[in-house]
Amino acid sequence: MPMTITEKILAGHAGLDSVRPGDLIQVDVDLALANDITAPLAIEVFRDLGTEVVFDREKIAMVQDHFVPNKDIQSAQQVKMMREFCREQKISHFFELGETGIEHVILPERGLVLPGDVVIGADSHTCTYGALGAFSTGVGSTDLGVILATGRIWLKVPESIKLIYDGKLPRWVGGKDLILHALGVLGVAGAVYFSLEFTGEGVGQLSMTHRLTMANMAVEAGAKNGIFAADEVTRKYMSDRSDRAGSFIQSDPGAEYAREIRVPLDSMELQVAVPHSPDNVRPVSEIGPVKLDQVFLGSCTNGRLDDLREAAGLLKGRKVAGETRFIVIPGSPAIYREALKEGIIETFLEAGAVIGPPCCGPCLGGHMGILAAGETALSTSNRNFVSRMGHPDSKVYLAGPAVAAASAIAGEIISPAEIA
Amino acid sequence: MKVQGKAWKVGDNVDTDVIIPARFLNVSDKDEMGRNCFADLRPDFVRKVHPGDILVAGENFGCGSSREHAPWALKRAGIGAVVAKSFARLFYRNAFNIGLPIVESHEASEQIEEGDRVSLDFAIGEIVNQSSGKRFTARAVPAFMRAVIEAGGLVEYVKKNPGAGFKEQRHTVD
Repeated sequence: MPMTITEKILAGHAGLDSVRPGDLIQVDVDLALANDITAPLAIEVFRDLGTEVVFDREKIAMVQDHFVPNKDIQSAQQVKMMREFCREQKISHFFELGETGIEHVILPERGLVLPGDVVIGADSHTCTYGALGAFSTGVGSTDLGVILATGRIWLKVPESIKLIYDGKLPRWVGGKDLILHALGVLGVAGAVYFSLEFTGEGVGQLSMTHRLTMANMAVEAGAKNGIFAADEVTRKYMSDRSDRAGSFIQSDPGAEYAREIRVPLDSMELQVAVPHSPDNVRPVSEIGPVKLDQVFLGSCTNGRLDDLREAAGLLKGRKVAGETRFIVIPGSPAIYREALKEGIIETFLEAGAVIGPPCCGPCLGGHMGILAAGETALSTSNRNFVSRMGHPDSKVYLAGPAVAAASAIAGEIISPAEIA
Repeated sequence: MKVQGKAWKVGDNVDTDVIIPARFLNVSDKDEMGRNCFADLRPDFVRKVHPGDILVAGENFGCGSSREHAPWALKRAGIGAVVAKSFARLFYRNAFNIGLPIVESHEASEQIEEGDRVSLDFAIGEIVNQSSGKRFTARAVPAFMRAVIEAGGLVEYVKKNPGAGFKEQRHTVD
């Protein structure tokens, strides 16, 4: 029976020859992940179950990223609990400050996720690893606590929606524009419980950075996971990151999809999500003058080296607008160091930006750039619901790094084409 | 499991940042989460809600983050059950896992107003608007998941049924 990639990976990890959408199956987990907000509750569940040893200390990653460097006493207590648990259980993939970064940036970077893996994380953006051809999805802390004890999880096999990209990517258009466009088409509930499969000959020209951005926001359409078939781009990305090979899985011809959406790339414009929903998407050309108090470049969506490079390319020799704050947060220490070497950090600082330590920062209204009443920000992150980045009376627009950089210079939302 | 209380109404796409804003996420004390439920949307909610009250929502309730803090905040604030037209996937899973009864019914969501007295019999999926006399049947929930709610959540279910659910590789939805 023909199956989609998602169905194949799930079947393989459930010890089954095949699965159909709707089946409730029990799946073995290759990597279980939690962060400083979700780990404490998960650890409590693990203790409550009475299990003494985690299922496999090499298959767990605990990443401090949301409220670090410790935002306040309570956050410090949460991280301390994670740290002590990892020490007690001898969990290898615990990252101390100085090594830690945004979870969905450092795990692919370190080769901890392979094509064909099942990754379950207590964070909604765990869907990011679908970019590598893995099945990955977010769950809550209770599910994660049970996984820590057993290494397994119950999942319902999702139906799939296929997005087919044809043509050539125009200048400046990147993964963020493509996923925002898809959200505009699907809506925040358009893919609830579905798997979003990104396909088409256009996909071959998408870098791993673009793919990570796209898979990252699959959850904003309500999807269970987003996924790209692993290909040559994947092979190159993985080549110097892991000794393990992974499984390069393709959907079968004849596999069934609930919906197919063709997306011509040639005419794709740069996209912006306007307040207060990630599916409230318009081409940047349709955004009237919107003055910006703050621009944020970073997050698990667009905090990678390519994103910083693209923004730096626009900012070189230019200044951030006088009344606009520009905050840049590299997604990992490795990205930060590389950006330093390439002169990217110098470019940002010269332009008037503030550079933060690798963490989630203001994305979820944590710290490092919260908005006051009446303020408006443009962010390369993934959600812009009311009070996402601060006061309920603040507004957040979402866009990619090129629009972010150009808008930081202009002090209002513009296309990079207007200045470069 | 039966729940009865006053109805509280919210609209479509009520997301996790609304249910519990991020500034309250650095705690693991669930009662503390309850005290900050709907802190920005309806600051009077936590003072006025009574144990057993029922939240009635539109489409895609609980969209956004995977944070379990969202269903915990509702449960510890006193909400006995959530009736919605539809739920976001992560919230749906988390609610069952922590033993917060949730059911889907378009008609119930449309025909219950804020302040109505409502009862829910979770085992049979029956919702009654006692103020109007109307009855509704919620979308069926798989037996395995009903058992999780009846046990009080996933942890309690796993403790009562060691290995249960983890013996079989596949269940079909009944």
